[in-house]
Amino acid sequence: MPQVTLTVNGQTHSVEVEGRTLLVELLREKLRLTGTHVGCDTSQCGACVVHINGESVKSCTTLAVMCQGAQVTTIEGLAKPDGTLHPMQEAFREYHALQCGFCTPGMVMSAVDLVAKNPQGLSEQEIREGLEGNLCRCTGYHNIVKAIAAAQDVMHGRRETLAAAAE
Amino acid sequence: MNVMAPFEGIGASVKRKEDFRFLSGRGQYTDDINRPGQLHAAILRSPHAHARINGIDLAAAKAMPGVAAIYTSDDLKAIGGLPCGWQIHNKDGSPMAEPKHPVLAEGKVRHVGDPVAVVIADTKQRARDAAEAIAVDYEVLPAAATMTQAQAPGAPAVHDDVPSNLCYDWHIGDKAAVDAAFARAAHRVVFETTNNRLVPNAMEPRSAIGDYDPTTGEHTLYTTSQNPHVIRLLMGAFVLQLPEAKLRVVAPDVGGGFGSKIYHYAEEAIVTWAAHKLHRPVKWTADRTEAFMSDAHGRDHISRAELALDAEGRFLALRVHTQANMGAYLSTFAPCVPTYLYATLLAGVYTTPAIYAEVKAVFTNTVPVDAYRGAGRPEATYLLERLVDVAAQQTGFDRVELRRKNFIPTDAFPYQTPVALQYDSGNYFATLDQALEASGWAGFEARRAEAKARGRLRGIGVSTYLEACGIAPSAVVGSLGARAGLYEVGTIRVHPTGSVTVLTGAHSHGQGHETTFAQLVADKLGVPIANVDVVHGDTAKVPFGMGTYGSRSLAVGGSAMDKAMDKIIAKGKKIAAHLMEASVEDIEFERGVFRVAGTDKQKALAEISLAAYVPHNYPIEELEPGLEETAFYDPKNFTYPGGCHIAEVEIEPETGKVSLVNFTAVDDVGRVINPMIVEGQVQGGVAQGVGQALLEQCVYDADGQLMSGSMMDYTMPRADDLAPVSVATHTTLCTHNPLGVKGCGEVGAIGSPPAVMNAVVDALKDYGVTHIEMPATPPKIWSIIHGKAA
Repeated sequence: MPQVTLTVNGQTHSVEVEGRTLLVELLREKLRLTGTHVGCDTSQCGACVVHINGESVKSCTTLAVMCQGAQVTTIEGLAKPDGTLHPMQEAFREYHALQCGFCTPGMVMSAVDLVAKNPQGLSEQEIREGLEGNLCRCTGYHNIVKAIAAAQDVMHGRRETLAAAAE
Repeated sequence: MNVMAPFEGIGASVKRKEDFRFLSGRGQYTDDINRPGQLHAAILRSPHAHARINGIDLAAAKAMPGVAAIYTSDDLKAIGGLPCGWQIHNKDGSPMAEPKHPVLAEGKVRHVGDPVAVVIADTKQRARDAAEAIAVDYEVLPAAATMTQAQAPGAPAVHDDVPSNLCYDWHIGDKAAVDAAFARAAHRVVFETTNNRLVPNAMEPRSAIGDYDPTTGEHTLYTTSQNPHVIRLLMGAFVLQLPEAKLRVVAPDVGGGFGSKIYHYAEEAIVTWAAHKLHRPVKWTADRTEAFMSDAHGRDHISRAELALDAEGRFLALRVHTQANMGAYLSTFAPCVPTYLYATLLAGVYTTPAIYAEVKAVFTNTVPVDAYRGAGRPEATYLLERLVDVAAQQTGFDRVELRRKNFIPTDAFPYQTPVALQYDSGNYFATLDQALEASGWAGFEARRAEAKARGRLRGIGVSTYLEACGIAPSAVVGSLGARAGLYEVGTIRVHPTGSVTVLTGAHSHGQGHETTFAQLVADKLGVPIANVDVVHGDTAKVPFGMGTYGSRSLAVGGSAMDKAMDKIIAKGKKIAAHLMEASVEDIEFERGVFRVAGTDKQKALAEISLAAYVPHNYPIEELEPGLEETAFYDPKNFTYPGGCHIAEVEIEPETGKVSLVNFTAVDDVGRVINPMIVEGQVQGGVAQGVGQALLEQCVYDADGQLMSGSMMDYTMPRADDLAPVSVATHTTLCTHNPLGVKGCGEVGAIGSPPAVMNAVVDALKDYGVTHIEMPATPPKIWSIIHGKAA
């Protein structure tokens, strides 16, 4: 069986996988990082989004063997080691942008990448379009859009805290 | 110095306690759980809508690597079929047809996705590989894919013992009074419609893990359920014949339900039974395509409604005939959805004095239908609120004034409808007026003109609705066919140092109970929510419960907690009286403090709880130690949230695409515990309602093949399909539960579809359109605008 060596949330792992093993299977079943979810198997819902070398990627349609040498960040690796939440995680809580929580890890990982790639700032409509690849069945997206709008100001240093962004 | 703690009680938008684990990837959903030595199940499902099974060849599959066992219905002869939780009676008093629902198909498959065999192997992939190697000899039979096909002369029988495919033919109301009213009516309006079949699509696919401990004989099922105690009851008593004491059901974090996780599914029984058989844990998780062909679907009605009005526009009578699709088998709740959760709602918010409704439930070769967010009430509301708009259009009355003219007067509560329900409270004028104001209804024509100048067709639509939830009084639902009681259970455990654990039979799968329920405790007992732990979803921890559906968690489960807290306070007063050497009658309690009336003597709850657990100075002759109380609360009536939804849409004539541009909801959900959570629930419900109106439809072809079997084929609402949803509340209190709450989980999905469709029809009024069927997809709209058949 092929062996793949990759770094996940700063820790290096060498794992034997089948050729058909998906990255999400490696994360969930081999590394027991179950924060990354599978919601649709067809790249529609985005519950499985992680970052590979800083880019948001759907891990349900990425083969594990494609990740040789990659730096992978999952939702478990987003907060600081002391537990301080990333501004995007904080914003989701502040704006009640999650209900059942199942889409949340993928939604947050997508949102972090979306904001990082757009330092000029995103309008509400641009955020909505930027979330095309992520489904949420609970919230109606209203509060997710608000959370991302608030978090981008903090991530880009335009505001210091979410409370300020909420004004 | 005393620093005021932030208020966390009833009415505070407290941030959710559960969010930290979900946001950091530490939620624990069923598929996240792995048991030592666990095997994996894969289900072989029927690719045909209807076929006889002439043989199953397992030889090749059994020889595949890693396969531990393969089971078919031949192996399950000792276990029962999946039970239905509700029995409806026909017009003639005879019971509904209730054909057997085998756990694995026996001799015949009846829908695409019907489970035929289960393969258990050491990995999920190997189980699936082996399932593909099973050879089933199917003799394909003609299918009854639609209700029309199923009721045609000579139609194929889904169940051989139900040749008519008719599950029941039921009615409610006064037919003679309705006929008489129609005979004298000035206006008679007819409206026919189909309520589109939907797939609930909770984001978490269903999953189940069976575990068995041969040393104790205890079975454990981890499952994606909204009601673990109900699953224990149904599976234990009817399917596997296991006593409750030997069966634990755990529903951990559940990623959305919307009704689709009420049903006791075959896979739950399969993994539990197989774990016992193999003495190994067995796990099964659906992929999304499997979910499409095995999760209960929702809606799917064909209806004809007739409204009689007098010359002034007063509603005289309503006559409704509905066919409701049951699918191939009866799910847990399916029979009650188009009857007691639908036809009883046909009075809506109006004083219509005479109503008669007939409902025929039909078996077809499709996935079983069950409750989906609103369950019956969205179908009733859609029918009624579109009918009122059609009536306005035909009679020339203004659609808002026609509604207002027929509203139940605010001083008429309690109001007895002609279809069984008695509404306790509401103010439909207030919610209407507030929504008209908030939506800028009066200024709409200017927006329509502005849109027209941009080449867009703009429309506005209103729906004034009501629903019945907080289900339900046990004796009432028992008389209507429910095979269970619908009370709820709450335990309040005050620990020695004054922190609190709440055990609730309700189940949270996104509703935020861990926060809202903690707020109830904070409000009444004065304990900070950080010191309140809410436990749910485990039959080994929670005494009993009926679960979460029908917007019942707060109205019924919260009321049970409130009753349990009353018992805590009553016992605490006795302890306080003893400690402060006062009479019990003189002890007052408020937010965590017991006081002797008229004195400065007081004891905090934590002092009382410590005395209860360290009973050195304690009225031990009269009182047991400890401070823990349980209450079973059986509601006296349904609750009746209602309100007004207003949608504004714009249509792009070149493509036929309908865009939601504004949505205003003003709902009366009774007392609001956490406004932030209520707002989120309404927004989410509206999104599902907009999905039904504009995007979603489950499609079967004429052979019963599922055409919308993945998220690439079934259109789920995405962020850019929706618009900001403005949510406000106007409160009238529920008069019969201790909290005054009504429920907010379903209102969004109930009120919104007719508001959106009334707006779409309004946008196209210059095209002579009187009705458009849901979903209002671009091809339908384009065809209307361009004068071509869709």
